[in-house]
Order: sequence, then C-alpha cells, then structure tokens
Amino acid sequence: MDFMIFLPYLIVMAGVTYLIRVIPLVLVRKKIKNRLLNSFLYYIPYTVLAAMTFPAILYATGSMISAVAGLVAAVILAYRKGSLIVVAAGACAAVLIVEFLLKLI
Amino acid sequence: MKGKYLKQGLRDGIPICFGYFAVSFAFGILAVESGCSIFESVLISFTNLTSAGQFAGLTVIAQAGTLLEMALTQLVINARYMLMSIALSQKVDSGFRGIWRWILGFGITDEIFAAAIQRDEPIAKSYFGGLMFLPVIGWTSGTFFGAFLGNVLPEILTNALGIALYGMFIAVVVPKSVEDKQVSAVVLLAVAISVLLKYVPVFAGISSGFAIIICAVIASAAGAVLFPVEEEV
Repeated sequence: MDFMIFLPYLIVMAGVTYLIRVIPLVLVRKKIKNRLLNSFLYYIPYTVLAAMTFPAILYATGSMISAVAGLVAAVILAYRKGSLIVVAAGACAAVLIVEFLLKLI
Repeated sequence: MKGKYLKQGLRDGIPICFGYFAVSFAFGILAVESGCSIFESVLISFTNLTSAGQFAGLTVIAQAGTLLEMALTQLVINARYMLMSIALSQKVDSGFRGIWRWILGFGITDEIFAAAIQRDEPIAKSYFGGLMFLPVIGWTSGTFFGAFLGNVLPEILTNALGIALYGMFIAVVVPKSVEDKQVSAVVLLAVAISVLLKYVPVFAGISSGFAIIICAVIASAAGAVLFPVEEEV
C-alpha cells in the first residue's frame, strides 16, 4: 500500500486510541469520594471482562465444542485460584485436546 | 522498593506477552492479506496496542473508508478503555502522576488492566511500566512474524491459542466472584445482558465494542445501587 495513503489512517487510528486511554487518566487526579461512583468503578473491571468473555469465548476456537471445553477448564482452574498463565495454558490445552479428538472422529 | 515493583510487573507481563504474540501473529497475517506491507503492519501494532480496534481498523483501510469512519470505529470499539482508565486512576499510588500518566496510559489494554487492577496494593509506576513492557514487545514482534511468515502455524494450534486471552479474563473474574458474592451477582448480570445483546435479533446492529460498554455500565450501575461498597476502591 502507498505509505502516504496509509499514514493518515495510522495517525487517526493510533491518535484516537491513545487519547481514549490517556485523557481520563490525566484528568481524574483525585480520589473519588462519591460512594455510588466508587461502587460503580469497583464493579467495572469484572463486568467489562465478563461481558468481553461471554459469549465471545464460544467463537474463539475452531468449534463450539472445543471452546466449551476450554471455558470449563479455565473456570475450574480459576476457581482453584490458578495464576493467569496456568488458567490460560489450561484452557489452550483443553481446546487442543478436544480439537485433536474431534479430528479423530 | 522500585526494583521489586519493576520485577513484579515484568513477571506478571510474561503470560500476557505470550498471549499477545499469538493474537498479533494472526493480525500480521491478516494485515498483509489486506494489502499492508510488513513494515506498515508492525507500525500499526506498535502504535495501537489493541486487538479489536486494529482488526476493525484494518477493515476500514482495506475498504478505503474515510478518516471519520476510522475515528468513530476506534472510538466505539475502544471506549471501554475510558472506563478502565478511570478505574485505574483510583488505584494508582502518589508517584503515578504528571508525565507518567501520559506515558503509561498508552499501556491500558484489557489484559494489562486486568493484571494491574487485581493487585492488593496501590499501583506504582514502576510496576505498571514493567507490566506493559513485555506485552508491547510480544504484540509488536508477533505481528512481525505473522506478517513475515504468513500462514505456517497449523490451524489446530492457532485455534487453541485463540482462547488464551479469554482464559486470562476468567482467571481474574472467577476468584473474585467466589470471594465476593456481590461481585458474582453483578458479573452474572453482565453476562446475561451480553448474551441478550448477542442473540436477540433486535440488538443485532450493536457492535461488539459498544455491547461491552452497555453490559458493563448497566451491570455496574445496578451493583452500585444494590450493593454499594464500603471502603474506597
């Protein structure tokens, strides 16, 4: 692609994404005292991550069967307080095994 | 102290780095298929450090969309970072200020945020800097290898890697939900709304980035009203 056509896209793309991340962090300098707002922010990380995970995880692999296997493996490992890498690797392993078995059938 | 935080950050960044390498490998393949050079593909990853936004941006570039279209696409898909950025502002320590906010804010991604926010102590700039360092390298180099090598990984392996990032999200959400029943109620509500938005035909026009914001805002607001938390976050 012609770099001069590409460059404006890159600048807009990276610029918008950067400002979205940095502006709130730079503007909110004080501890928020409002209890309702604090409670809202307390729940935000978990609701964002949960909404991102489900149902999108069901479509993250080659088939829904292997995705469910990965999901179940991840939930069990996380329930047992596995670290980030253990849970992620366990989910991958479960997907790999199930996809391998599906190929054999 | 500083060295300790830096080391902890670097260590916590290792799994994210591997996960990113796999996902950005896929991005590199797609970017070259969409008409970008290897250099351009790597440049996109290095300056954007985001998955969904980059994949969507690639579509805009490939279809020769307008710059306004590009800006709006990024705004909608990445608006969740605003929520994370505000939540992060409440958890950083007193040294995390000034120019550091402008520099380290670049590193706010779903996974880096997830790792930082689950810490029990306030987030130091050396921790956050260490945490984002390896993922940035993983994300950029993964794109390079994907663009350079193309489709050499067997499909079964890329399929398995596709679930890695979700596994990390689950590793953050599940233990907290077990520990705090109110979090689990709010999380279940978010998932329920997410399922509704995905499968009820009326909501089909809502982009996945915007859907995440709707779920998170409604569920967290319900949580704040029903189960306000006692101490400061």
